[in-house]
Amino acid sequence: MTAAGSPALDTAARPTRGGRLSLSWLGVAPFFVYVGVFLLLPTAIIVIGSLTGPGGGVSLANFAGIDKPFMLKALSLSLSVSAVSAVAGACFGALLAYAVVTGNPNGMLRRSIMSASGVLAQFGGVALAFAFIATISTVGFVTVFLKDHGIDIYPNGVWLYDAPGITLIYVYFQIPLMVLVFLPALDGIRPQWREATESLGGSTWHYWRYVAGPLLAPAFLGCTLLLFANAFSAYATISALLTNGGSYVPLQVQALLTSETEQSQPGLAQALALSMILIVVIVMTLYALLQRRTTRWLR
Amino acid sequence: MNRSRRLKLRIFRTVVLLLMGAFFLVPIGAMLEFSTRGNSVTSPRTLEAWVQIAQTPGLVKGIVTSLQLAVITSLGMLALLLPTMVWVRLRLPQISRIVEFICLLPLTVPAIALVVGLKPLYIWININVTPSVLALAFAYLILVLPYSYRSLDAGLAAIDLKTLSEAARSLGAGWGTVMWRIVIPNMPSAILNAMLLSVALVLGEYTVANLLNFQNLQVEVAYVGLVNAGTSIAVAVGALLLAFVLLMVLTLVGGRLQQQNYVPGQRA
Repeated sequence: MTAAGSPALDTAARPTRGGRLSLSWLGVAPFFVYVGVFLLLPTAIIVIGSLTGPGGGVSLANFAGIDKPFMLKALSLSLSVSAVSAVAGACFGALLAYAVVTGNPNGMLRRSIMSASGVLAQFGGVALAFAFIATISTVGFVTVFLKDHGIDIYPNGVWLYDAPGITLIYVYFQIPLMVLVFLPALDGIRPQWREATESLGGSTWHYWRYVAGPLLAPAFLGCTLLLFANAFSAYATISALLTNGGSYVPLQVQALLTSETEQSQPGLAQALALSMILIVVIVMTLYALLQRRTTRWLR
Repeated sequence: MNRSRRLKLRIFRTVVLLLMGAFFLVPIGAMLEFSTRGNSVTSPRTLEAWVQIAQTPGLVKGIVTSLQLAVITSLGMLALLLPTMVWVRLRLPQISRIVEFICLLPLTVPAIALVVGLKPLYIWININVTPSVLALAFAYLILVLPYSYRSLDAGLAAIDLKTLSEAARSLGAGWGTVMWRIVIPNMPSAILNAMLLSVALVLGEYTVANLLNFQNLQVEVAYVGLVNAGTSIAVAVGALLLAFVLLMVLTLVGGRLQQQNYVPGQRA
């Protein structure tokens, strides 16, 4: 566009270019002002608020509030439910993705499973809690059906509202998410690699152990981390399911925020929020690194 | 591929698809079953719970509110994001990574954490700007940023934006004309995709609304669920089926529109 050859022209063009540059920045100003107010400012409120002590000044006093038995229990329960649902979702999701990938790439089956995954991966809200209440609560469809056939799914009391139930519910949106994020990696696997393994005398086991497995491992691990972050941030489902509160980090945040008028503890809520953000940031950074490794191998 | 392996693969696929199909369809079926139950075990099927939707004022208000928020958010998202992204691609490519980073940032800040920082902001907005529930759109625009960004970025990458805009500019078009008559008509499926993702997210949003004490659709559904589970489940399954229909339409329309996109070097 510009005549780069002539130095005279270049210097002559400089002032106008400088003027245009500041005008150029004006074009992105609305965006930066908006995200500044509604994204960066709230984040700054959390960071600064959580690091400010009761008497002002930098302090970790708010984080001391997390070091209480019920808070630590909430943290460990949230982490374990997220981890188990992520691993289970990743394994079943990978199986489903493999079943999809081995079919016709332009077929109706693949298209409908991908669309359905898109909907179901977002289906994490209030509706999901009601779906499982309708399915396996004590009056749920499956519970009643199985009871009529002599099977009691609650021999030792109702587990729907405890960690096993929450994990099962989370798996419902983890599997579709896994299909969405893991399918590109599976698509990158070439049938020629399997043929090459076979022509070198390798068995199916050899192929998975030495070729496809190591290639897919970073992608699988990365997607599992993404699923973990996804479950760890989830709030709506447990909030709708456990209406009386429960021992999960998001519900502790909820309790702190809604009881703010009675016993003002915004610092603790902010410290808890910052801890959540830090955990998710670490997990997502690892995910991004693993994803980069995956794209280097699979094109 | 030899015969025994093909057979094994076929059995594997059938088993996986059947099991997964059951796992995903049974809860949806159970919702339909639950929402058509009568008052007692022996009473016949009834649509009472569905009829109740229209007769529950809170639910109707929640549906209207959420639909308004969906429209405001998706239009606001387009107005804020699309010109910025076009401008960055044409004039400020050096900051494209920063814009991308900011747009993807909400993925690493859980909504439940972000709402802690939004609370003081919304107390101020409530007092000084507007107490209306529609103010939620400000926060929702942030929540939809990552999904909208990815969709629009893919759309912009598929067209030769520089050539198109330079051609339009050299024919005397202003930037407004470039946006309205060049950029938007050339990437309909990406824009539709971004808008539908925003609509879906807003219609399903519960976290921010609930913790900022606003009543949108999901908050009302959760509330009604405490009193009348059947009606809540009816709304929930209705919303889910609507989302399925929307996405199926998107897949079909998207596939058709994609072929009409401008391809560099292709003559009409």
